Amino acid sequence: MELTQFTIKQAHQGLVKKDFSALEFTEAFLDKLKQEDKKIHAFLTVTEDLAISQAKRIDNLIAQKKDIPILAGIPCVVKDNILIEGIKCTSASKILENYIASYDATCIKKLKEQGVVFLGKTNLDEFAMGSSCENSAFGPTRNPYDLTRVPGGSSGGSAAAVAANFSVFGLGSDTGGSIRQPCSFCGVVGLKPTYGAVSRYGLIAFASSLDQIGPITKTVEDARIVFDAIKGQDEMDSTSVEMPKIENYKLKIENLRIGVPKEYFTKGMDSEVEKAVKRAIEIYKKMGTKILEISLPHAEYALPCYYIIAPSEASANLARYDGIKYGKTTNDRQQVTGDLIDYYLKVRGEGFGPEVKRRIMLGTYALSAGYYEAYYKKAQKVRTLIQRDFKKAFDKVDIILAPTSPSLPFKLGEKIDDPLSMYLTDIYTVSINLAGIPAISIPCAESNNLPIGIQLIANAFEEDKIFEAALAFEKS
Amino acid sequence: MVSKETVIHIAKLARLKFSENETEKFQGEFSSILDYVENLKVVDVSGVEPTSHSMALENIEREDYLISYSKDKLSKKLLDLAPETKNGYLKVKSVF
Repeated sequence: MELTQFTIKQAHQGLVKKDFSALEFTEAFLDKLKQEDKKIHAFLTVTEDLAISQAKRIDNLIAQKKDIPILAGIPCVVKDNILIEGIKCTSASKILENYIASYDATCIKKLKEQGVVFLGKTNLDEFAMGSSCENSAFGPTRNPYDLTRVPGGSSGGSAAAVAANFSVFGLGSDTGGSIRQPCSFCGVVGLKPTYGAVSRYGLIAFASSLDQIGPITKTVEDARIVFDAIKGQDEMDSTSVEMPKIENYKLKIENLRIGVPKEYFTKGMDSEVEKAVKRAIEIYKKMGTKILEISLPHAEYALPCYYIIAPSEASANLARYDGIKYGKTTNDRQQVTGDLIDYYLKVRGEGFGPEVKRRIMLGTYALSAGYYEAYYKKAQKVRTLIQRDFKKAFDKVDIILAPTSPSLPFKLGEKIDDPLSMYLTDIYTVSINLAGIPAISIPCAESNNLPIGIQLIANAFEEDKIFEAALAFEKS
Repeated sequence: MVSKETVIHIAKLARLKFSENETEKFQGEFSSILDYVENLKVVDVSGVEPTSHSMALENIEREDYLISYSKDKLSKKLLDLAPETKNGYLKVKSVF
């Protein structure tokens, strides 16, 4: 087995037993990504110096016979909308192409305390808006399984990097499926935690009531290790909360009740995806799990609801990019004639890509006088109904099983000219963010060498239940 | 179909400049997305309260205190990011 294929626990044991040093381990990944990332383009910035100094520090600790945390010396890639102090953070946008982060995000601070090694910053759809990584201002990422296909998005760079063994794990952010869908497309594991479980301090905001940071890993066990390291209340994010503590949570798989929403099996699902989901249901049945059909009556309204709420919040969050305080822009300021408004119009008109502009426009429209009640307020009420659907469902079941994406990884260019068809790829993921509940995407099957993922969804703060159910599936 | 005037008006509110071509392309895309989100019209929400966050939020307060900013390293870092500064201030174009 190659070093770059190691899970967190395997790598930790190797470091402790001195089978290899942290520096050797880190260099194995740096060598690989330097050679192979030309064709995948998962990275926007490689932080080689930082990685090497972090690895050397861990080797010193090991040489001094000190106990090291499980994540010490483990390489990680970070989606380029999460801040690492002193490192460029672009959110894959021209408007931030020269922005250097002045502080660490809380999740980065926590991982640094553990001794994690940061290999670099990964590609995304600009400001995390998109489902294919094609909306990056710096060029798309390609799917390691098939270079003609997209890795999914928006955390496509992190998912592709983990799938290609450029890193042991990665961090992503999920506003409407941006961790789960690329993980499904790249055959890796991705968790969207309960809203508030992980601090958003230092995450470049897209839609603040929906955004969550989460792990992208090769196994369920790794996802659990990373989640445990980054979760927790943070005074820098007033929406963050402490998870209720459950010691030694163990689940009897035969006592588990899994719900399958009937509304998800209507139209628009690829037959290969449907087959994979049905196969997963059979596997759980064989383990003795009870499978129940459930109903989420407002499922079909989740997507239009999301595409009002998320752009509305985005239009407010992205108002701060004015070409004045987040790094130099490509515009020559002297060439802009007129007053301050002319400057804003030009900098923002040229600095944002088409999808970001579309969403700012949509949000501005939904929030503008005369439309607020009909669009934004209405969507907020529908959000209440979607939340109630899940609450009712979790009275009857522990876990909801659903496809992650309605389709297999699609070809580059296939959907980029039709924004609405791109939005439809988020159909099974957005409702989870609207409800604020956790969900994991795990690899379930392959079709013509392309991975297919399934989602396991639980009630708020029941990540443990998700991990146990996912572990049982992974072992089967 | 959303009118061209509406697109231009919303763009101005959003502080975005579009070229003539972009405006036209956008008009079409914007219309089809709006048609799609109009699906929400049929949902009965009578008596339903709106949700702004998935969980109840409480205000968290802390003491308000001053940090001497002129000697603070962070303020230098922040100012270094600005395209133009003068005497420790951000410099912008005239408002009028």
